[in-house]
Amino acid sequence: MTVTLDGVTKTVAGETHLYGMSLSLVPNGLNVLLGPTTAGKTSILRLLAGLDRPTAGRVLVEGADRTTAGVRDRDVAMVYQQFINYPAFSVYDNIAAPLRRARLPGPEIDRRVRDTAALLHIDHLLDRLPGQLSGGQQQRTALARALVKRARLLLLDEPLVNLDYKLREELRTELRHIFQTGGATVVYATTEPQEALLLGGQAIVVDAGRVLQIGEMVDVYRNPASVRVGEVFSDPPINLIAGRIAGGEVQFGGEMRAGRPVHFAGLADGAYRFGVRAHHVDLAPAGPGAVSLSGTVELSEISGAETFVHVRHNGLNLVSHEEGVHSFRLGEPVTVYVDPDRLYAFDAADRLAASPHGPAGAAPVLAKTAGAGPA
Amino acid sequence: MKAVRPSGLALTCYLILLMLPLYWLIKMSLQSNEDILGTFSLLPVNPSFDNYITIFTDSSWYLGYVNSLTYVLMNVTIVLLVALPAAYAFSRYRFIGDKHMFFWLLSNRMAPPAVFLLPFFELYHAVGLFDTHIAVALAHCLFNVPLAVWILEGFMSSVPREVDEMAYIDGYSFPRFFVTVFLPLVRNGVGVTAFFCFMYSWIELLMARTLTLTDAKPISVTMTRTISAAGLDWGLLAAAGTLTLIPGALVIWFVRNYIAKGFALGRV
Repeated sequence: MTVTLDGVTKTVAGETHLYGMSLSLVPNGLNVLLGPTTAGKTSILRLLAGLDRPTAGRVLVEGADRTTAGVRDRDVAMVYQQFINYPAFSVYDNIAAPLRRARLPGPEIDRRVRDTAALLHIDHLLDRLPGQLSGGQQQRTALARALVKRARLLLLDEPLVNLDYKLREELRTELRHIFQTGGATVVYATTEPQEALLLGGQAIVVDAGRVLQIGEMVDVYRNPASVRVGEVFSDPPINLIAGRIAGGEVQFGGEMRAGRPVHFAGLADGAYRFGVRAHHVDLAPAGPGAVSLSGTVELSEISGAETFVHVRHNGLNLVSHEEGVHSFRLGEPVTVYVDPDRLYAFDAADRLAASPHGPAGAAPVLAKTAGAGPA
Repeated sequence: MKAVRPSGLALTCYLILLMLPLYWLIKMSLQSNEDILGTFSLLPVNPSFDNYITIFTDSSWYLGYVNSLTYVLMNVTIVLLVALPAAYAFSRYRFIGDKHMFFWLLSNRMAPPAVFLLPFFELYHAVGLFDTHIAVALAHCLFNVPLAVWILEGFMSSVPREVDEMAYIDGYSFPRFFVTVFLPLVRNGVGVTAFFCFMYSWIELLMARTLTLTDAKPISVTMTRTISAAGLDWGLLAAAGTLTLIPGALVIWFVRNYIAKGFALGRV
């Protein structure tokens, strides 16, 4: 199903949530809305579902203007961030509800409810009430109710955010599989870059009610069109260092100098902001050209099998993302290395001037990121 | 032997003080007028059910209960039919003046019933509703509808709005959603509301008395009219009073769980 938002503005009580937003969804594919909280993701989903009307602009479905069509006239299913089920119905009746409203024949309903429940591994819970289930099972029920309809537009509003880490991983893998096999146009809203990368598909990066960039997921990750996309689409946020390019040299963070890397060849001399992702700030030199920087440890966080070290140097804060568990004392002197070949350059208007991955579209690898996360 | 704790003692004293009038009422209802006035005793002298038999056989007495129950049940039905949609609107929609209107509803309860007596009396006479059950039921709505809207709104607002949206996405029409999905979620609130309306309407005397004469005369009015040439019939009055307590007690028994939840969740 082709769905297009055409210059859609949404204002609620004098507050603008969406500013003249235009975007097209990949038909029968996965579209990931990536943006921080209050970016407008939920507003977009509600417009697509028909729960809200835009203040201005149009919503086109299969080329036809469906801006004012009500919820019941649209072929949509939705999963909320909170676990929304019908508390008074059993799991079976919850899943069957949309089919019963569509007046499907009884045996057909029964078959589809049981198939969908089996797909989401809740077939042993059909007699329970939602209140008797764990959070993960409740959200599986909500997902089953959305999937059982086989709606042509499936909207998911941060469906995994309220689940614990393990459950999230597990459900995400299952969802990826379901999205690939189902024929629906899926819109998946998330705040997490990792989740977006794992899901793949078309990335729609939104912030403060505007679309910042649309493109193939890995392309967008590798070539963020602006500083803001870089910040939104990396966790921890991309490190930004002021500097300049002069002749055959790049200078950044005050006294650090290095030879002009190859991918900066086409750039004019002048002031730039350089971006480097946290996992390219290393505790050991990654390449022969790496520039060292001595600072002190401001903060060190261990997350799973990874360590985030916040290093302070002359008013410059860098976050280094290290594999493995490392322990640091606060204020401990530490040397980190930045490889100029890994630098993004953003111009004075904060637009991407050069990327270590070359121009957009040139990124060759797609499958590599699927399993292990960002390359 | 366990020592008696001061708190336990205080509680016992409190309970005795609380239950004493009730006990006295029941004791009196089992005695004849002469025994009530003649001797003072803690236990009933010559107990008998004569007073109760009189009430259940004399239509001027038992029709009082029938009348009261009739308009009370009418009132509860009307109140729920009106207040459920109203409370839903207050909880789900924003409209101009919604907050002011919500408060104004509640302020209706602050006016003394006596204020409304004359207009009601005059109005009902004019349209021929005087001395009918529906007259009292409607008059009590003036106080019960605001209360019901107030209580129900609290319960309804505790149901996430997303449940409504989910239902529309799943293809429910509004009436079907309201009855099959939404009402079961606020049934505690409905129980609590029905209880409060029942109790108010059941014990209200002033309006019920003014707006009725004979055909719809409630029990509380019957009780105030027992003065005869021979003086007050204490025993009969006590028996009628005891019977008046029963519906209230029954209703409390049935909705006690709802009320406990209502105090915890809603706006009671």
